[in-house]
Amino acid sequence: MSPISHGFHRRHTVPDGAADRVPPGQYVTDGFPVLSAGPTPHTPLTEWTFSIRQGSSTVKSWTWQELQQLPAETATVDIHCVTRWSKLDTEWRGVSVDTLLDQVEHDAGYIMAFSDGGYTTNLPLADVTGGKAWVAFSFAGAPLEPEHGGPARLLVPHLYFWKSAKWVRGLELMDEDRPGFWETYGYNMYGDPWKEQRYQGD
Amino acid sequence: MEGTAVPRRLSSGPLSWEVATVTEVTSETPTVRTIKLGVPSWPGHRAGQHLDVRLTAEDGYSAERSYSIAAAADDPVAITVERLDDGEVSPYLTEDVRVGDELEIRGPVGGYFVWETADGGPLLLVGGGSGIVPLRAILRQREHSGSDVPVKLLYSARTLSDLIYRDELDSYHDGVEIIYTLTREQPAGWTGYTRRVDQALLAETAWPAGKDPLAFVCGPTSFVETVAGGLVALGYEPGRIKTERFGGTGGS
Repeated sequence: MSPISHGFHRRHTVPDGAADRVPPGQYVTDGFPVLSAGPTPHTPLTEWTFSIRQGSSTVKSWTWQELQQLPAETATVDIHCVTRWSKLDTEWRGVSVDTLLDQVEHDAGYIMAFSDGGYTTNLPLADVTGGKAWVAFSFAGAPLEPEHGGPARLLVPHLYFWKSAKWVRGLELMDEDRPGFWETYGYNMYGDPWKEQRYQGD
Repeated sequence: MEGTAVPRRLSSGPLSWEVATVTEVTSETPTVRTIKLGVPSWPGHRAGQHLDVRLTAEDGYSAERSYSIAAAADDPVAITVERLDDGEVSPYLTEDVRVGDELEIRGPVGGYFVWETADGGPLLLVGGGSGIVPLRAILRQREHSGSDVPVKLLYSARTLSDLIYRDELDSYHDGVEIIYTLTREQPAGWTGYTRRVDQALLAETAWPAGKDPLAFVCGPTSFVETVAGGLVALGYEPGRIKTERFGGTGGS
C-alpha cells in the first residue's frame, strides 16, 4: 500500500476527450521542454549527410539537398517524454524511414540511430518501419530548432521521446540489439510509454 | 558525449518503489526546501544522479517526478525541491510535507551527469537557480572523498535570497572557488557579478580550455544552452561538457 500524502491532490488536468491518449504517469503540457546530455551541436547543412551504415561501411548516404528531394510526409502525433510530460497533436514534416530503408538491401533486426555529439539510441527495425518513424526536419510548420534536434531528428512517437534521436545523422543496421546512450545509463531498452518502460527492468 | 568513463549499469532487476520517511525539512529560500529521507534499503548513489518521488492522494491519484539528489554518496538521501507555481508535486513538497511523513521513492536514476573522484578535473560547475542541486552533491562528494581536484563553481541566481546552500558554499576554501552572479537584484556592497552568464562572463571566470576541464552545467534550458554553447566556443571539448536541463513545463 502506498502511503497517502494528505493535502496532495491532482492539479494537472487532461484535455477533454484526450484521456485515452495520455499514457500512465504522464501529464499533458503545452510547452516543449528540452532535455539533452551535452551541448547542442550545430552542423552546417552543407556538411550534413544522413547515412545508413552496416558494420563499418556506409551503404547509402544522402546530402541535405538529396533528403529534401525525397517525398516528405506530415505527421501529427502525440509525443511522450520519460520525464513525464506528453504533448498532444504535434505537427512534424519529414521523410519516412521506410523511404530511406527501401533504398538499401538488408535483413537487419535492429537499428542504432546515431547523432552529432555522439548520441545513440537503439530500436527494433519493426519500430521504425511500416509508417511508424520519420527523419523530421520541420516542427509546427517551421524548420526544426537546434535545441529540439534540428536540422533533423528521428521521430518515433510511439516510444518514449529519447528514442527520437535529436541531431540524427544516420542509422546503423544491426543483427542484434545493443544499448545506445541512455540505455547504457539505466534506461529501458525498448521504452514503451503505455507499459511505463522508463528504466532498465521496467 | 564520447570519451567518458565506462558507465556502470544499474542492477539488472527493476528499480522498485520504497517507502521513505522524511527525517528533516530545511527551508533554503522562500520557495526551496531540502528534504532528508530515511530509506531502509537504499542501494547507494553517485553524486549527480536523481531519484523518482511518487505521491499518492487520498482519492488514489498518484503522480511521479524526478529530482536531483542533493547528497554525496555517503550522505543520507536528500532532495532539494523548488516550488513551481504550475507544478503538481513541488507545491506539496515545498509547503506541506512534514518530518515523519512517508512517501515513495525509487532510484538512483541516471548515470551520465555523475562525478566520481576518479573522474578528476579540474571541475567547472555552472548552475542556474535550482540547477545548483546536483552540483552541490558533486562538491560534497569531492570534499568527503578528500579529493584535491580544483573546482570553480559559477552560480547564477536572481537575488541574494534565491541563493541555495549559501552558507555551505561559502564554507569551502581549499581548491574551491565560488563565483556568484545575481542577475536581478543585488544587495548594497555586492562584490560578485551582476549579469547573466554569457560567453564573456565564462571567458572571465571559467578554467581555460587548455587545462582540459570537465564541466557540469545544470539549470533552465536557455541557461544551459547559453553556457554549453559558450564553453564550446571557448574551446572546451564538447564530450567533457555534461548538461542537465529542466524546462519546467513552460519551456519551448
